[in-house]
Order: sequence, then C-alpha cells, then structure tokens
Amino acid sequence: MTSATAAGGTKPPAAPKSRKSVTGTRRMVAALFLLPALVLLGALVVYPIGYSVVRSFYDQSGDGFAGIDNYKALFTDEGIRTALKNNIIWVVFAPTIATALGLIFAVLTERVRWGTAFKLVVFMPMAISMLAAGIIFRLVYDQDPDKGVANAVWVGVHDTFAQSSAFPKAHPGRQSPLKPAGGGAFITKSPVSAGEAVSLPLVGVAPDQMPDDAKPAVAPKPEPGEVTGTTWQDFTRGRGVGELGGVDPSELGYAGMRIEAVKDGRVVASTTAGDDGTFTLPASADGALLRLPESNFKEPYNGLDWLGPSLVTPSIIGSYIWMWAGFAMVLIAAGLAGVPRELLEAARVDGASEWQVFRRVTVPLLAPVLAVVTVTLMINVLKIFDLVFIIAPGSSQDDANVLALELYRKGFSEDQPGIASAISVFLLLLVIPVMWFNVRRLRREVRR
Amino acid sequence: MTADAGSLPGKAARPSGSVKAKHSLASRLVEGVSGGLVRVFLVLVGLFWLVPTIGLLLSSLRSPENIAASGWWKVFTEPSQITFDSYSKLLQNEDITSSLLNTVWITVPATLLVVVIGSLAGYAFAWMEFPGRDWWFLGVVGLLVVPVQVALIPIAELFGAIGIFGSVLGVVFFHVGFGLPFAVFLLRNFFAEIPRELLEAARLDGAGELRLFFRVVMPLGAPAIAALGIFQFLWVWNDLLVALIFSDSGSQPITVALQTQVRQFGNNIDVLAPGAFISMVVPLVVFFAFQRQFVSGVMAGAVK
Repeated sequence: MTSATAAGGTKPPAAPKSRKSVTGTRRMVAALFLLPALVLLGALVVYPIGYSVVRSFYDQSGDGFAGIDNYKALFTDEGIRTALKNNIIWVVFAPTIATALGLIFAVLTERVRWGTAFKLVVFMPMAISMLAAGIIFRLVYDQDPDKGVANAVWVGVHDTFAQSSAFPKAHPGRQSPLKPAGGGAFITKSPVSAGEAVSLPLVGVAPDQMPDDAKPAVAPKPEPGEVTGTTWQDFTRGRGVGELGGVDPSELGYAGMRIEAVKDGRVVASTTAGDDGTFTLPASADGALLRLPESNFKEPYNGLDWLGPSLVTPSIIGSYIWMWAGFAMVLIAAGLAGVPRELLEAARVDGASEWQVFRRVTVPLLAPVLAVVTVTLMINVLKIFDLVFIIAPGSSQDDANVLALELYRKGFSEDQPGIASAISVFLLLLVIPVMWFNVRRLRREVRR
Repeated sequence: MTADAGSLPGKAARPSGSVKAKHSLASRLVEGVSGGLVRVFLVLVGLFWLVPTIGLLLSSLRSPENIAASGWWKVFTEPSQITFDSYSKLLQNEDITSSLLNTVWITVPATLLVVVIGSLAGYAFAWMEFPGRDWWFLGVVGLLVVPVQVALIPIAELFGAIGIFGSVLGVVFFHVGFGLPFAVFLLRNFFAEIPRELLEAARLDGAGELRLFFRVVMPLGAPAIAALGIFQFLWVWNDLLVALIFSDSGSQPITVALQTQVRQFGNNIDVLAPGAFISMVVPLVVFFAFQRQFVSGVMAGAVK
C-alpha cells in the first residue's frame, strides 16, 4: 500500500498489466458503486470551490459585484497582512525545521537499540488533537516561572550565569541616612569616616522574601582605621516595639548586600555584607559616600514572555514542531530502510567519516523523501488554525494571526464572507501546484 | 532495490563484522565516544518530548489551589498533592460528558461512512470498466489537497438552507466529504494490487458484484481499510475547526467544549487539563494498539 505513497521507498512488483473489468461489469453497476462518493464529493468539495470563487467577487451582502476588491483587501487590510506575513514565517520555518529534526532523529535512532521506543515517544503527539497540544503548550509557556516549565528552565539557566538580586523591594524608611541615587541605587546623605560605625537600615522586604541565610542583625562596632557598619531590615512595628534606625534582636541582616564606597563618583572600595548584615571597608573608604548599587534591588528575572507579541509566533511554531517532527522522522526512517546498506558500507570502507557518509550518501539518496515530507508539511502549515487559535492569548492573537484564523474571523465573527472567500481561494491557489504534481505522478501509475 | 530480488532488504543484507574489524583502535574509540553522545542526545530529546505531556497529566492530578500556587513538578517532592478531584468533578459536568458522547456520535459514523463509500468507489475505479474511468479517478486525486477552508462558508450556507447546520449530521457529512478523496485514492491503489486470478475465480464460482465486493475485495483489502479507518477516526476525533463552525451547543464535540474554556485560561486549568487528557485517551489507546496501521495510514497520507 505504501507503494502508492509519495514516501518513496520500495515498490512492490508491477501491477497486473491490464485491469480491465473482471467480467464485463455493466455500466449501471459501476455507476451505483461510484454514485455515493461522487455525489458527496460534488456537493461537499467541488461545489464549494466554485461557490467560493464566485463569492469572492461579490461584496459583503453578496448582492453587489465587487470585482477584485476582496483580493485587494488581502494586501491592504492590516489584519490580513499580518496573517500573510506570519503564514510566510510559518511556511518557511516550520516544515524545514521539522524535516531537519526528523532526518537527524531517523539517522541517529538507527544506531541505538531502543530506537523504536524513542520513535514512539516523538511520534506520539501526532495522535493527539491540536486542541490538546494547544492546552499542553499553554501550560508550558506560562509566563510565571513557578508554573510554566519553559520559563522555569529558562530562568534556571539564566540565574546560573547571572546572579539575581535578593532585595527587590527594599528601600530607605523614615529618617534614613540613605537617599535614592538614581537607577534604583541608594547612597548615604553624608560621607563616612574611618573608625565610625555606620547604620544602613532599609525597609520593605517581606519576611518570607528574606534570603534563607540571613541571621539576626548585629549592631555595628567601631574599629579604628576601618569603616564598619550594618545593613539590615529595620522592621519597626510601631510605637514601643523596636527602635527606628536601631538594631533590634528580631531584625534580620541583609545577607549578601553589596556596598560600595564612592569618592567623586569613583568606587574606591566595595564589600558584601555578612549573614548578620555587618560589613567592613578599608581605610581608603574614609570620607567616601556609601552606596548600595542597584544590582541589589533589581526585580528578579522573570523569564521570557513566550506568548507576548514578539515571541508568540516562534513559540507556536515550536509546539507545531513538537507535534510534527515525528511525522517527518517516521517517513524518513521508512525511506532510510530502503537505502542499500552496501552503499553506506562501501563509503565507510573507502575511508569516509560518518559525517561524510551522511552528507554525501544518505542525504542525496533521501532527497526525494525529504522533498515530499517538506512539501506535505508546507501544505499542512498553510492551513494552520487550531494551534494558533488555542495557544495565542487574546492579547496577542492579532500578532499571531494566520490566514486560516483570519478567514474564520472574517467569515464567522465579522460577517465578511466576500473577503473570507477571497482568502480561501488564495489558499487554494497556493496548493494548486501540489495538486497538479499529484495528478501528473498518478497519471503515469494509472496508465501502467 | 529490485535489482537483487533474492536478498532480503535492509539490515539482513549488511555484511556484519568484517568491515568493522578493519577499523583502527583509535577510530573505534572515537566511535564509542560519539555513540555515547548520540545516546545522551537522544535521551535528552526524548525527555524534551515527554515533559509537556507529563506536565498536562500532573496538572490534571492537582487541586486548583496547588496549581495556582506552584508548578506541576512540585508533585515529585510532594506526591500527596495528587488527587482525582478534577476528574470526578469534570465527569459530573453535563457539558463535558454530553460533548464526549457527541464526539463518539460524530466520529464513528464519519469513519464508517468514509470506509464504506470509499471502498465502493475504490473498487469501481480499480476493477470496473466505464468511460473516462482514469480521468474520474485523477479528478478525485486532484481533490486530495483542497483545504477545508474553501468549503466552510459555502457549506455553512448550504447546511443552513437544508436545515442541518448545527447538527451532528452536518459535521459528519462535512468530514465524509473531505475524507473521501484520500479514502478513494488509498483504497483504489490497494485494490488494484489484488491478483486478478482471485477475482476471476470468485466470479467463475458464480459470485455477483456485491458478493465479490464483500467476500473477496473487502477481506483482502483489510490492511488498507484498517489503516484508512484508524487515520480517519483520529482525524475526525481530533478535529476542532469543522465542529467549531458546524455544530451548536447541543451537538458540539469535546474539542469545541474545551475550546470555549480556553478563553479564561488560568482560572480553569482544573477543567482544561483533565478535559484535554480525557480527550487524548482514546486517540492514544488507538495509537498504541494500532501503531502499524496508523503509521501506514499516515505514510500514505503524505499527500493530504
């Protein structure tokens, strides 16, 4: 049966030379066998094509002839132009990436014993609906790194390389010796001197947001020749409880807070507060202003906005590849099984590296299969609807728009059947070369 | 391939061992390392492919409060979070259960009709004689790639006019119409490979046209019919777009029922996650039970 497929591979022995009627079937019988199929095809496929073509030349109500106005709208209407642009992105990237991955997987799985299990896992998404896949990926792409696995991984990787700050909400309280220094940093109002004990109280960090290693703050002790101090959460509960600007036993130190000594705009010394919030700067800090740089107060990195306007299309393409790379893999693997092993072995014996064998023997032999897979995926992607409809949130659905979605909107929620018909005819025109190719290929087979 | 018809295709023909032995120790070492890399790579890719589905499954097994508070991977450290509450609540939800039934009412007839009507036409195209036979068949092949979008508006108006818009019947008809080109294409090609002698022998035994079709052609065509059936079944079961347009709130399948919930994504993952998973169960069972047929159906469908 697969002989009929475009997938290539092996061909079974040639069909019987003639397939004339077994014993002179009467035409009446043939007509009866064909009637149900032809009636349904005529009413449900052929007639709609004609209707859509005609309808696309009429205006919104369907009463007035509109010429090519509806087709002009394809290129002037803002929404349709975005859809067209996105469809081009889809058609260029989704099929090629899926095919390339399918090729890589098909070739690599040949070398491991559990290749079949791997193929099963990658092929499985083909069996589920795009709606289910859409819901799956709405979860994956959830913006909150505590919920969406994509951002959880991304933030994890990001934070391994870039330290996140611990005190995003901290700021000076009443009567503080600190003032904002621009850009989110804070700086002391007056210079410090060696031998002085400096207090740098801040407020605003919720207790459960404090770093785990923070210990109760210790009041600064003056040391000769050094600038010492404490930076801590000056959590003053109100009259009588705790002292404003003073270190109380229940208050935690700002463990890990960075402190810079700045003279004439230049950093002369810097240090990091200990777990109890105490810090020590050398004598060179004498006469400098102490600054808490903005890196202490940056909002924590929250990951990428996968479904925001700029990333939404690539993100949805990602989910499509998750669904369809398995399709490419299975077809290519079938083609690969038809590649004569002797050819590959001969190349290896001649000293070709694995890469050369892949590049110069395997890929050229698979070229027809690769072409069929890519074209099939292109046709498929041209009509992409469900994934975009489900994954793109309302706020960025305009940015993720594609032709099939725009057709649905124009035809069924904006009552613009003329324009919707023009979009459908446009889609049909795009697949006509493939239609022609299929018919030509089959004509040769039918005439055997 | 057909050149050496005697040898088995594929792996069996590989001259094993002798070639490998010629490689130097160094190159075997390199191969060993890269073989290890290949394994690691494939394991990572496999995980990458599994994680999204596992995420959905585990999300469906947590309470809404837990879902709002943390990610599904929390289940690994707190297995006690697992609960089937969302499922039991969902199965008491009239909308969901009736839409699941609708999915069955749509999918089963749409599959059976395509198989039966497609077989009849496939047989006629393969073994009957009538004027313009091959041209008719090529016409059907041409329809293979027609996008469903072309028919949405015309058929919506047609169904509206004959009063089946919004009914299960309309959805079924649409799926049959767009399933037929592939069915006819696949089955005609398969039936054409049936040995002529078998059909002639049956005919000499006095079998009529119908008997020949049901007793000889259908059984011999079983592999292709199975592949087509599985393919069409999954296609219809998983459809959203057609049902979105042609069904109403009383006849909508599960995909449409869940789709209406997606608009408030975030507050109702406790409906969406188990709902999506329930809608996936049947396709997954079919997929695992009939892998071979599904794969050959998909491969033959590479033109669709």
